[in-house]
Amino acid sequence: MKKTITVIILLSIAVLVLINILNTEEEYYNLKLEELKQEYAIKPVSSINHSLLPELQREFSTPQEVTETCISCHTERHKEVMNSAHWNWERVSYVEGRGVAAAGKKNVLNNFCLGAQSNELSCAKCHIGYGMTNDHYDFNNARNVDCMVCHDNSDLYLKGSASAGYPDRTVNLTLVAQSVGTPEKINCGSCHFYSGGGNNVKHGDLEVALLACDRDVDVHMAANGMDMSCVACHTGENHQLKGRLYSVSSTNTNRATCEQCHTATPHFDDILNRHNAKVSCQACHIPEYAKVNPTKMSWYWSDAGKLRDGEPYEEFSSDSTQEYMSIKGTFTWAKNVKPDYMWFNGTADHYLLGDTIKSVPVQMNTLFGSHNDRDSKIIPVKIHRGDQIYDKKYNTLIQPKLFAESKGDSAYWKDFDWETAVAAGMERVGLPYSGEYGFVKTEMYWPVNHMVAPKEKAVSCAECHTRSDEGRLASLAGFYLPGRDYNKPLDFFGSFLFFGALIAVFIHAAFRVIISLRRKEYDANVIDYENNKPE
Amino acid sequence: MKRVYVYKGFERFWHWTQASLIIFLAFTGFEVHGTFHVLGFEHAARFHRVASWMLISLIIFAIFWHVVTGEWRQYIPTTKKLLAQIRFYSIGMFKGEKHPTKKTEVKKLNPLQRLVYLGFKLVLVPVTVISGIIYMFHKTIDRNDIVMVSDFSLETVAFWHTLGAFLLMVFLVVHVYMTTTGHTPTSNIQAMITGYEDLEDDAEESEQQEVS
Ligand code: HEM
Repeated sequence: MKKTITVIILLSIAVLVLINILNTEEEYYNLKLEELKQEYAIKPVSSINHSLLPELQREFSTPQEVTETCISCHTERHKEVMNSAHWNWERVSYVEGRGVAAAGKKNVLNNFCLGAQSNELSCAKCHIGYGMTNDHYDFNNARNVDCMVCHDNSDLYLKGSASAGYPDRTVNLTLVAQSVGTPEKINCGSCHFYSGGGNNVKHGDLEVALLACDRDVDVHMAANGMDMSCVACHTGENHQLKGRLYSVSSTNTNRATCEQCHTATPHFDDILNRHNAKVSCQACHIPEYAKVNPTKMSWYWSDAGKLRDGEPYEEFSSDSTQEYMSIKGTFTWAKNVKPDYMWFNGTADHYLLGDTIKSVPVQMNTLFGSHNDRDSKIIPVKIHRGDQIYDKKYNTLIQPKLFAESKGDSAYWKDFDWETAVAAGMERVGLPYSGEYGFVKTEMYWPVNHMVAPKEKAVSCAECHTRSDEGRLASLAGFYLPGRDYNKPLDFFGSFLFFGALIAVFIHAAFRVIISLRRKEYDANVIDYENNKPE
Repeated sequence: MKRVYVYKGFERFWHWTQASLIIFLAFTGFEVHGTFHVLGFEHAARFHRVASWMLISLIIFAIFWHVVTGEWRQYIPTTKKLLAQIRFYSIGMFKGEKHPTKKTEVKKLNPLQRLVYLGFKLVLVPVTVISGIIYMFHKTIDRNDIVMVSDFSLETVAFWHTLGAFLLMVFLVVHVYMTTTGHTPTSNIQAMITGYEDLEDDAEESEQQEVS
């Protein structure tokens, strides 16, 4: 019996050892990745030093003069710029269920500062042009293209607040013009980090900390890592920047993807590679966002307008995030946020000015996708929730006039009167207003693409492949996920059979033991009897 | 009693390797399934796949062996004495009756074993292994490095695979227990290890052989 057990144990151990040998989990030198690192370690060096150009040795009294000077050498570039969404604030594209439509900052709403219309003076701070004060902006005037906001390498350029996109008056235009070059992180960041009225308000994964962060925050942009700039991935061939931001974009084209460098099969392990058919790289490699500074998670406009002694005020929470502002309402913020997960195929729809509300919460942007759609993958998203003003009777969201320079100009941020702000805003966008407003719940979806973690920190298998309600994909339905899903009746039936068999076997064995004990006694008697007989 | 060489070398190797592989696959498989957590999902899934390839190779060898040696004939089902065998396990053995069938070199399996093992080989293992292979190839990477997802429902495949796994476990329990019903509780197991077993040789034997 002992031998029996040893042999079985030895065989089993042999099997286990073999399994371990055949299982190749350990690390190899990743040549593909090293090549990429080599490639991106070499930072682009400009072939020209603008500070030496005679054309730029002069005073500029207006920023338009700078633009004219740029165009005098770069004779065609402004045309490229004027074809871009950065300039036009809209793109025409086909949208499922809507048809061909133009969408962009001109006509979408969001659930942060709601919309740019009627607030251009302030919002145009992030337009790559000068002088957008209202909706009569001339998008054909090349003189108004702001070259410097993207190409300034001196860190001195600054757009003025409430200046319709003009630079701050303190900016030395000559110095800036002489130090232009490839866009750096801060060029993009000056708008994209601060969208929504403060650092990291909107995105959650794009914020000022990325200017100098470590690899734990972002492997690509880390100062102690590859220190890549935005345009390393968001390449700007002919000023058409690669990348889609689905708060305004609609199509699955010209996206900046991880695959463009890493290929669709970047892992040594094919089990991981195969995930890529349905799971985006980001889903596993961005375990959390807002790793350094908090991001806004909700914004309730319905609370706005409370005044103290007739004056607006702000309240801060213990971690010094704004909790309340009379002009904006109540907020919540969060840091190190686990993303939500959604199916997404790269196409999106948006709430456009004038749309009727079909469901509540209103989806400010709808990300299309489902498991059965072959273009769809699971992506991480930040969901920003809130409520905002809408027309109760016409069932449309309202574009209120928020900003003005002084009181009495119907701007909510000065007068705190929704009635006049709504009337002024809706008149400007040319939509009817019934006179009855209320607040409706809204949601907005922000795909999370930055703050890629080092691979050791990627989401582990069991964080999704788990029956736990805490699983990252616990609420993403419509498909079979091993480890999360199982057939309940089958499990019940199977366990019943298994344990039933165990019990049956034990009962059978018990009977055998009892009976054999009895028989042994009997046998013993017989033997005794027989042994005794000869005596 | 006669000491007979019943189980050939390959047969014993195959039997024990298959046994440990199936137990290991069940262990890792049910961890993947979410029944318990020991190795962690990641290791369980990886080990399960490696072990499954080993089982597949082993099965290919075993099929070859069965065909070449003609041992497959051992599993041709018969109804003769089937009921007697069932009666023996449920009643007879408690009364101290003898096995209704004789085990011999050329006829190692009693009618009940034939039926159950045939089911094991033709239904249970194929259902589990084939569904497992389909499970494994649900997603593949084609020559253009594009990940292809097959159209079949993973849920259905997982259902059959899990069903097979449960039934294999039931088989395991009953099978292990039944090995203790030989001449002595360990005689069958020892036979599967050494290859030799003490078998009765009496006059009935020749008659028995004609059955199949
Ligand atoms: C050659 C044989 C086998 C193959 C190819 C195979 C393959 C697989 C695969 C691919 C999975 C999904 C997990 C993953 O993707 O890594 C799986 C799951 C599983 N396997 Fe196997 N397997 C085999 C044999 C077995 C055996 C013998 C058992 C049990 C006795 C078993 C029990 C399970 C269970 C319970 C699951 C979980 C199913 C679920 O919850 O979806 N497998 N198997």
